[in-house]
Amino acid sequence: MINGYSTRICKHICSESSPGIGEGGRTGEWRNSHPVIDPQKCIPARQNKPTCFICWLYCPDAVISKTIPIQINLEYCKGCGICSQVCPAQAITMVTEEEFCSE
Amino acid sequence: MTNKKIDRKTEIQILDGNQAAAQGAKLSRVQVIAAYPITPQTPLTETLSKFVEGGTLNAEYVAVESEHSALAVCVSASIAGARTFTGTSSHGLAYMHEMLHWTAGARLPVVLACVNRALGAPWNVLNDQQDSISQRDTGWIQIYARNNQEILDSMLQAYKIAETVYVPVMVCYDGYVLSHTEMPVAIPSQEDIDRFLPPYKPHTILDPADPKNYNLVTLADPRANTEGILCHGYMELRYLLQEALQNSKETITKVGQEFGELFGRSYANMFWEDKLDDADIVIVAMGSLAMEAIVAADILRKEGHKVGVLGLRVFRPFPAADLVKALKKSRLIVIFDKNISYGSEGATCSEIKSALYGNHMNAVIRNFIVGLGGRDVKARELAEAVNKSLLSLKEGVLNSEYPEWICYI
Repeated sequence: MINGYSTRICKHICSESSPGIGEGGRTGEWRNSHPVIDPQKCIPARQNKPTCFICWLYCPDAVISKTIPIQINLEYCKGCGICSQVCPAQAITMVTEEEFCSE
Repeated sequence: MTNKKIDRKTEIQILDGNQAAAQGAKLSRVQVIAAYPITPQTPLTETLSKFVEGGTLNAEYVAVESEHSALAVCVSASIAGARTFTGTSSHGLAYMHEMLHWTAGARLPVVLACVNRALGAPWNVLNDQQDSISQRDTGWIQIYARNNQEILDSMLQAYKIAETVYVPVMVCYDGYVLSHTEMPVAIPSQEDIDRFLPPYKPHTILDPADPKNYNLVTLADPRANTEGILCHGYMELRYLLQEALQNSKETITKVGQEFGELFGRSYANMFWEDKLDDADIVIVAMGSLAMEAIVAADILRKEGHKVGVLGLRVFRPFPAADLVKALKKSRLIVIFDKNISYGSEGATCSEIKSALYGNHMNAVIRNFIVGLGGRDVKARELAEAVNKSLLSLKEGVLNSEYPEWICYI
């Protein structure tokens, strides 16, 4: 028990979880770079139509929304960079956390 | 061994150790068996596959390509809610090493029979206890049988213990000395065993209607689940495994006592004693080696020494507090190990020294490494080692940094 908190309240004796957002922990903490979308280049944003969304389709962590503008959930984005690789408009660049913080 | 209350339905059969272990698995109504044959465990798997093939045991026998897979099958079947069994020896157990950690970490009550055999290099198929001792820190309960009756009885108790505390149990018995040596074994009736051992109640159930992810990536810090409940991080789960093993002592003795009440052979202690009441010299050994020590103690008694034997039965959890009580009166403790922690000493010696620290004991402790790779251990040699240790007693040197070896070097 630390500061009055004990994980015994979960009553598990092995690691277990049920399907749901964030059940694997805040996996975004692993990231060393994250995607930044340029709305001037992104096809759905530029056309204001629900087209393309290839990044949404390919994201292995399902953190990219199918909306205009596209949103990325950085709590869970691990920074794999697949979205920036598959974007046909080269609208997504990977920015290292170091660069991002120093900006 | 006391046979005060033999059940009327008990049947005496002449069995070797592997057959006794197979009978134990059968009477425990195991549902999934996955094993890969290895000397000297092979007749155990053969006997079990015969039971399954002949229809006398209603279980799934999964033929696998390796020991690693054997235990992986047991882990999966156990998570799904089945009572599972596997058996192996030596290199097979070493190959299972990763899955041994996985089984304990997942808190699955798998029972494994380890038929103790030496490890290479060089190749050797004969007996010592290096294989299971090398798996000491994987989080399994370890029970060592001294004869074939104890193999059967330990198997039956192992499931009850494992399924109460949700910790896997390794039932260890010496290769050839027990595995291939026939002895009379009292086999309780299935009806009585069913009274003793209820069906397995899993703590994990794979059910598509209530999907769960078990043993997922668990990072350093606790995390809140989707319901906002703070769940264990890795360290909390490992704490719980240690806590379970600490608390398992109570279950082991309770189950052993209950077994005694039902079948007339009590296992209420985690070690057994022979002629310890008036002894000031105690020989400590584990498994079948302790039986040889009884003969050595008889030789020494004839020479006028008050010698008793303490046979370790449960090695993990280690019965430290009880051992201190049992060894309190001794002025010389001679520990024989069929294993060695290279660069240090025999594993049971280290454990006993550690248990005695801070208990105002001034006994001389001597450690001998014996019987590695099937080298025959004679009672006379054990008695000589005790006589040699008596000289250290005169010199008053309590501890020695390294063990002595009984071999031709």
